Amino acid sequence: MEPLHIPALVRGMTQPRTRRDVFRMAGLSAAGLALAACGVQGKKAAPPKADAVQDYWSKQTKHGKVVFANWPEYMPEDKAPLEKFKQATGISYEYKEVIQENAEFFGKAEPVLRAGQSLGYDIVVMTNGVQLQHMIDLGYVVPLDHSKLPNFAANAGEKYKNRSYDPGNVYTVPFASGVTGIAYNTKYVKDDITSIEALFDPKYKGRVGMMADAQEIGNFGMIATGANPENSTEADWKKAGEKLKAQRDAGIVRKYYDQSYIDAVSKGDIWLSMAWSGDVFQRQLAGEPVKFVVPQEGGTIWTDNMLIPKGAANPVDALMLMDFLYQPAIAAELDEFIQFVTPVPSVQDLLKEKAKTAAGADKKALEAMAESPLMFPSEADYAKLHSYTKLTTQQEQVFNPIFQSITQA
Amino acid sequence: MKRLTPYLLALPSWMWLAIFLVVPMVAMASVSLQTGNAIDGFVMTFSFSNFGDALSRYSTQLLRSLLYGGLATLAMLLIGYPVAYWIAFKAGARKSMYLFLLLLPFFVSFVLRTISWSFLLADNGILFGTLKSWGVLPEGFHVLATTVAVVGGLTYNFLPFMILPIYVALERVDPRVVEAAQDLYASRTAAFRRVVLPLSLPGVFAGVLMTFVPATADPVNAQVLGGTENTMIGNIIQTAYLTNLDYPTASALSFTLMAVLLVGIFVYARALGTENVLEAAAR
Repeated sequence: MEPLHIPALVRGMTQPRTRRDVFRMAGLSAAGLALAACGVQGKKAAPPKADAVQDYWSKQTKHGKVVFANWPEYMPEDKAPLEKFKQATGISYEYKEVIQENAEFFGKAEPVLRAGQSLGYDIVVMTNGVQLQHMIDLGYVVPLDHSKLPNFAANAGEKYKNRSYDPGNVYTVPFASGVTGIAYNTKYVKDDITSIEALFDPKYKGRVGMMADAQEIGNFGMIATGANPENSTEADWKKAGEKLKAQRDAGIVRKYYDQSYIDAVSKGDIWLSMAWSGDVFQRQLAGEPVKFVVPQEGGTIWTDNMLIPKGAANPVDALMLMDFLYQPAIAAELDEFIQFVTPVPSVQDLLKEKAKTAAGADKKALEAMAESPLMFPSEADYAKLHSYTKLTTQQEQVFNPIFQSITQA
Repeated sequence: MKRLTPYLLALPSWMWLAIFLVVPMVAMASVSLQTGNAIDGFVMTFSFSNFGDALSRYSTQLLRSLLYGGLATLAMLLIGYPVAYWIAFKAGARKSMYLFLLLLPFFVSFVLRTISWSFLLADNGILFGTLKSWGVLPEGFHVLATTVAVVGGLTYNFLPFMILPIYVALERVDPRVVEAAQDLYASRTAAFRRVVLPLSLPGVFAGVLMTFVPATADPVNAQVLGGTENTMIGNIIQTAYLTNLDYPTASALSFTLMAVLLVGIFVYARALGTENVLEAAAR
């Protein structure tokens, strides 16, 4: 072969270094290592003391301004609920759709909060799960003053008042909930799917979608092996892991999906999949042949929660807005748009009332919403819905590898 | 003062190297040797075992990435060389238009381009759905969620980085050199093999370098187009960093990947031979 000629590049890569060069490089690296060797400081926080919380709130005053950081498609375009808040309280608002993913948001917020700086948001919405737990454990969330949350006390459903991830709503109040169940494309799946075993049925080999998220898939593995995710143990996780591994090795799973599963189901790449309720409902309204079911063995319920991050400039105004969103009329207006599960049960009746006076397509849509088990799960549905596993940091280091070794093989 | 001028002028680039290359690398090296977790903090313990642990846990994905990267690079070479050759020698006055067309997809985001393949290649999409309805393909046929899809995606996404350097090398080949070869009774094939191909090798070298490295480290194609056992090392590193907040493992894996790629490139450079610096390249 002829000799080559990208002179500098090739020379640099192939010529031997002199000994002095090597020493120089080593010295530089060592100095750098020493500089950076101090480690990353951890900041685990002790649970708040009641008088400290009272003390904090007694020093805060209303500022007439609030900054709300939320996920996309979680507020009507005309921001009607927020406009009404402004009229009722005189507090002006800034609404920012800046949260796309819990992990990514936490990754960005963590260094700021660690440095003791403010995020610039007064309310942040995060899903119950590992990142929210980190926020609480690290002391990055301001404990709420429930004396200023009368609407929450009066109107929130009992199920939304005492969740395992935040007992007594010390730090958070729910914004909206959704259910993880099974979605299937009725064009390809002719049977009525009722059991979680359908996801493990060799009949659907290569046509099943599972979620890549360790918590989500772990939950379904546990439900399929008869364990309750909410109070599961390491033995349950391992058993679930074995079941999921067998499912993968038998070629039943096509792929471990992120949000893209819903396109795959509606296109027919997969016929059935683990799914989030709101996604499916939106597809149904668009006329696609997809159905959602909470398996008889159970599904999971997750909640997006409002919280006040440490260093927030306007905590009193934030608390007022949180409480305002728990007025039934406001909650109804909001849910009519977002179509997930509202933490305010009386919204169902309000939507039914509204449907009576509406006409045409509006009437139909409102009736469908008020009757939808995806927006208003029945008691029987709720009885089957489990919360996520609450994990300590040590447990997390056992839990994640069990399921990630399956989804990321 | 005059003596200092060149150094002062070079200062910005040195600063750039220091801030964006040396500091992050040193920080990453440091983190890769620490132990702990994101909540309690990480402490420097000089745990070189982080590397061993990470490697033994993820050797499958690392080897798979090298395999996929290698296959994609080979495919790019086989597709890219003829394209570059054609544009350089046969495209005539429209050369620049073809080069522009080559770069046109880059006006769209990398991730979006990959996702659009998942629409195009859907089991019952515009391509396979049509072929299936004609009975050309069996009902269960699919490309998505297979190795072929991932390697194909990598090939598609990095192809221009292979074509452009080869094109630049070929474009510099003086047509008179080829004529001279033919005057000396070389057949067309012989002229290509003994004159054009050797002159274009620097382009091939650069092309392979510019495609193999990013293709091996890429997480997007495996995530969007892959199936159950197509995970690449880039996906593992991403999960370790963002989801597990396991910075030591992520750093150790990043370093390992970098080391493996560097060794591979050194071997490659040695194998192709480098002693003589030909004037063709210096021109």
